[in-house]
Amino acid sequence: MYKIGVIGEKDAVLGFIALGFSVFPAENSEQAAETLRKLAQDRYAVIYITEQTAAGIEQEIDKYRESRFPAVIPIPGIQGSLGIGMNGIRKCVEKAVGADILFRE
Amino acid sequence: MARLNVNPTRMVLTGLKKRLNTARRGHKLLKDKRDELMKKFLEIVRENKALREEAEQKLMQVHSRFVLARAEMNAEVLEEALMFPKQKVELKASTRNIMSVDVPVLEFHAESDDESDIYPYGFANTSGELDAAIATLSELAPTLLKLAELEKSAQLLADEIEKTRRRVNALEHVLIPNLEETIKYIVMKLDENERGNLTRLMKVKDMMLEQAHRYKERYMAEK
Repeated sequence: MYKIGVIGEKDAVLGFIALGFSVFPAENSEQAAETLRKLAQDRYAVIYITEQTAAGIEQEIDKYRESRFPAVIPIPGIQGSLGIGMNGIRKCVEKAVGADILFRE
Repeated sequence: MARLNVNPTRMVLTGLKKRLNTARRGHKLLKDKRDELMKKFLEIVRENKALREEAEQKLMQVHSRFVLARAEMNAEVLEEALMFPKQKVELKASTRNIMSVDVPVLEFHAESDDESDIYPYGFANTSGELDAAIATLSELAPTLLKLAELEKSAQLLADEIEKTRRRVNALEHVLIPNLEETIKYIVMKLDENERGNLTRLMKVKDMMLEQAHRYKERYMAEK
């Protein structure tokens, strides 16, 4: 059985506890990276990570791009979207198609 | 284009012709694979984008409600209220095969189906905003999961497309022209040898006839 993890600032992730997700508040980048590494080795299929937190540990997140699990998904934090998630999609399109064809309009 | 470093013999030629055939067939197959992958990828990534927009927007609603709840409530009380989740989710993860790429399929079951079961606290000490935030969040959960599934699929497909494209290009622009050129070189070389051989034989024949009949001497004598 797989689990769902959430990493981010306390305020932004507290609500996910009620859904039964495993929540790991992270105060700084090192802590977040550490937690992410730990979760990736455990049976977490999906790890949501707030964009504010994700911004500091992009390299760490990129490591999991090519493996099937876990899927590390950035979600907007309490201060609003930083566009990291959308940027990820754009990068994906650019990689596959060679040009950004989704966001040009 | 560079020619392969081989001996120009008939055996090598047959081998190369076989390789060229295989390369052509592989190239065609890979091209088909690439096109189909691209089609699937674009479908997924379009859906991915729409879903992400929706999820981000809804999540911002949740956050704004949550902020209100925090403002109305004591931080300790809020944390205490959420400390022990009532709801448990079970996540089933399997894989689906899209053009030989294994993409994840996520399915989740909440332990109880009752919608009111998501609130892990009594309503006495908490603000209504918190209820609203949790309710929206729980509605959002399937969307978030679908988002995870699509986003991972898109990433994996993008990687595979890049790989396939590289292979197609390597075959199309390097291997196949090289093989063609080498085959042409061997054919020319063999033909040249053939011609050389023929001339030599004719010359030898001439010389042998000359020796046998002494044409030249007779011609001279008649003169």
